[in-house]
Amino acid sequence: MIEIKNVHANIEGKEILKGLTLTVNSGEVHAIMGPNGAGKSTLASILAGREEYEVTEGSITFEGEDLLELDTEERAHAGLFLAFQYPVEIPGVSNVNFLRTAINEIRDAKGEAPISAKDFMALVREKSKIVELDSKLASRAVNEGFSGGEKKRNEIFQMAMLNPKLAVLDETDSGLDIDALRIVAKGVNSLKSADNASIVITHYQRLLDYIVPDYVHVLYDGKIVKTGNKDLALELEEKGYDWIKEETQVG
Amino acid sequence: MGQYTENELAKDLENQDYKFGFTTDVETETIPVGLNEDIIRLISTKKEEPSWLLDYRLNAYRAWLKMTEPDWAHVRYDKPDFQKITYYAAPKQSKKYESWDDVDPEMKETMAKLGISLEEQKRLTGVAVDFVMDSVSVATSFKSKLKELGIIFCSFSEAVQEHPELVRAHMGTIIPHTDNFYAALNSAVFTDGSFCYIPKGVRCPMELSTYFRINAGGTGQFERTLVIADEGSYVSYLEGCTAPQRDENQLHAAVVELKALKDAEIKYSTVQNWYPGDKNGIGGVFNFVTKRGLCETNAKISWTQVETGSAVTWKYPSCVLKGDHSVGEFYSVAVTNNFQQADTGTKMIHLGKNTKSTIISKGISAGDSQNSYRGLVQIHKNAKNARNFSQCDSLLMTDHCGAHTFPYIECKNPSAQIEHEATTSKIGEDQLFYCKQRGISEEKAISLIVNGYCKEVLNQLPMEFAVEAQKLLAISLEGSVG
Repeated sequence: MIEIKNVHANIEGKEILKGLTLTVNSGEVHAIMGPNGAGKSTLASILAGREEYEVTEGSITFEGEDLLELDTEERAHAGLFLAFQYPVEIPGVSNVNFLRTAINEIRDAKGEAPISAKDFMALVREKSKIVELDSKLASRAVNEGFSGGEKKRNEIFQMAMLNPKLAVLDETDSGLDIDALRIVAKGVNSLKSADNASIVITHYQRLLDYIVPDYVHVLYDGKIVKTGNKDLALELEEKGYDWIKEETQVG
Repeated sequence: MGQYTENELAKDLENQDYKFGFTTDVETETIPVGLNEDIIRLISTKKEEPSWLLDYRLNAYRAWLKMTEPDWAHVRYDKPDFQKITYYAAPKQSKKYESWDDVDPEMKETMAKLGISLEEQKRLTGVAVDFVMDSVSVATSFKSKLKELGIIFCSFSEAVQEHPELVRAHMGTIIPHTDNFYAALNSAVFTDGSFCYIPKGVRCPMELSTYFRINAGGTGQFERTLVIADEGSYVSYLEGCTAPQRDENQLHAAVVELKALKDAEIKYSTVQNWYPGDKNGIGGVFNFVTKRGLCETNAKISWTQVETGSAVTWKYPSCVLKGDHSVGEFYSVAVTNNFQQADTGTKMIHLGKNTKSTIISKGISAGDSQNSYRGLVQIHKNAKNARNFSQCDSLLMTDHCGAHTFPYIECKNPSAQIEHEATTSKIGEDQLFYCKQRGISEEKAISLIVNGYCKEVLNQLPMEFAVEAQKLLAISLEGSVG
């Protein structure tokens, strides 16, 4: 699905990623954990193609294509989705209009005809159930006046609507109460299939109680320094990150 | 607001040069360049006007000679040389058109290029169009249907001939010929425009629409519009403007007077895309317009404008809320790009008791343009319990354009409630990135964000025109983020 090789990335001249390597295959869920400042959100940003970040070295291949050669919207067309840590408000633009525009742009890029209004509304009804999103939210302006939990649920709703190959969830659990967390996780789990994959970026282990990862990676100082299964997350929860730091420095 | 941007916009966006820059090769009849009393007499004679109207023109001209061009607006331009303008140009025609089939095919083509072919309009929308090309109205449709209801919708000249009593009774009562420099000039030299009268208790069943277009080179256009809604009547009126591309600046100084009698309602919508000049600020239309409406008891006037054109705009559609319980509304989107300058807003004059006004102004500045909102809310001493709500938002697309807000509030009655809200924001990189991450291209994202920002205003427009307005916004702002 995606192959990240020895990626180095800067923002404003400061190197954040220092040789990150990661491979994700179809059907897999990978969790990326790590202390603050390790480069977790930078990883999400360079995958999505945020312009402020400069990749200075390494390569990223997504579904056989050179991801770094693609514009942000082309990456979306190719099936990459980012659930934002801080979803953006777009006043006056209804969620439905926003999503229909997005779906049609993606379809257009694939040479497909626009979705019919009927099919689109059926899709909205079906997918809004997954995240228990009030149908009223679907017709409200994008994220405007949404609570923190509603915004995150809306991200998962959008993900369900766009049906990406690779979903990157950037600290989707931050600021969520336990009920919202459960709903978001349920949404992510129900979208899981053998054909898609996700990268779940999180600071805390608790999200992984609900979304069970196949692999857990620890990101520290711009590199993946440890990889394990879900037990690694529990270990981190218990012991914190200091032992990783020490281990890395010794190594 | 379903279909608009998503499907059709891409095509429109390919052509970001001024879309309507062509000249129709119709023989025009003009009179000598310049302005003096003889020219005014000549205009009046050519139009076979009654003597009272000639006197009105001459009085206006004499008043105008004593006036000076206003310079308080936040705009800079070279003042027009009024002796270099041709004040009358009419397409040559031996007789009036009996039916639509008789209209010059080339003129029809012009309309087709504008995307407003009458056939299409008739078929699709049921809009009656009074098309004004270089000052003379050449086609009026739906007349018989309107006639059944007693509605008069015709060119101003025709109204002067056929309904002189109505014209004489109302013309200049809302905007006197001494009102301001450009209104005085218009009153002296206006050549044509539109006239509309809705009888008592009649609800006009269709949108009435007029398209203005400047065609002959160096011809100033001085339109005059008068809309009278008699007691308990309703009318929705749309004015759309396009002008062909020319190098020298062209002057447009219109006067629009609205009168809503007791319990009447007038909704007046404008979509304006006069030629704004090129990317370097060369050429473009000067749009100096005086628009004002008068509300009698329990009447309502609502101005909606989407302004994307003109090199310089100076325009303040206003409401005089004379009658008790009358309501005035102003909804505006003004877009400026490149070197365009706009100084626009409204005046809400509260005279009657329990009068209410709403002002929603959305300014969007791009390129090196300057965009100003200037508004006056005036509560007179008898206007007990008057209420006003104003909201003035500015959106900046670049860091070298300007947005300015000049709100004036004068309140002479302590029971008044006046609210004013203002915001200024820059189009968010975060918003654009969010849209792009969802697969939406930058151009479409801008259009989506801007249309969302203007939604409150666009929602006021009739559906077909809202679609047109949205396209215009997108075309005006293409490639403007920086």
